[in-house]
Amino acid sequence: MKRTLATFFPLIIVSVSTLAAPQEFDFKDPKGVNNAVFKLDAPLEAINGSANGISGKVTFDPQNPAQAKGRIAVAAGSLHVPNPMMKQHLQGDQWMDVSKFPEISFEARELKNVKTSGDVTMADALGTLTIRGVSKEVTVPVKLTFLKDKLGMRVPNQKGDLLVIRANFPISRKEFGINPKAPQDKVSDTIDLTLSIAGASTQI
Amino acid sequence: MQKVLRRLALALALAAVALWLALGANRGWTRTSVPTVIVDQVTGIEGHDYKKQFVPGVDFLGAALAGAGLLALCSTLVRKKTANPV
Repeated sequence: MKRTLATFFPLIIVSVSTLAAPQEFDFKDPKGVNNAVFKLDAPLEAINGSANGISGKVTFDPQNPAQAKGRIAVAAGSLHVPNPMMKQHLQGDQWMDVSKFPEISFEARELKNVKTSGDVTMADALGTLTIRGVSKEVTVPVKLTFLKDKLGMRVPNQKGDLLVIRANFPISRKEFGINPKAPQDKVSDTIDLTLSIAGASTQI
Repeated sequence: MQKVLRRLALALALAAVALWLALGANRGWTRTSVPTVIVDQVTGIEGHDYKKQFVPGVDFLGAALAGAGLLALCSTLVRKKTANPV
């Protein structure tokens, strides 16, 4: 009996520690639905667009959501607006200058005001937002939804969990040096950002 | 010549208005792609896909009407043919 316990005890410890370990979720989306939407509502003109070049990794422990942290990046070249000239301007050197600054990123260091109910966690993510080479400390309200064993429903022949992150927050165009001289009646200073992304954590 | 230019101006203006109306009377800028929403049934995320489609806007309409106006203006500068006196 002692020998049996001695054999299985390390296995039990390993299994429990594996279950409790934080999981890494990869946000490179094979389905291509992960997206960031931007809206600028100026008195004379409203500009709406989106980007789908999302990547990044987030560490999340379903048993302890408050410890979540990670980095999400958006490829600046994937920014899209339906008007071709506007898109050319948007990606040009006066606006997003995508050739020089190919990535927009948010590095979340910690979560505050964490409220968890079932699989849903609401919190404020504190971190660094970098746009056009300008980094600012921001607080982003986020909603994290943990979907256990749902990866197979999304990606056939794969087992694992999904983590859905939703965030909606405003930023100032001027603060990030995005054509600060552009008239505000035509291009709003406030950019409303909405992030809707899902990451996968595969089980081997 | 004067008549031809005026008819051309009228045709251009009518064609531009008809095309603008037929393709949705878009009061924004001209678009060459339109977004379609894809909903991921598992996560509920609404993704955006863009399909190529020409939707003329007010800039297209304005340019076409300005062109028609220019043709009409040119027609006033062209001299009318006068019958040769016998």
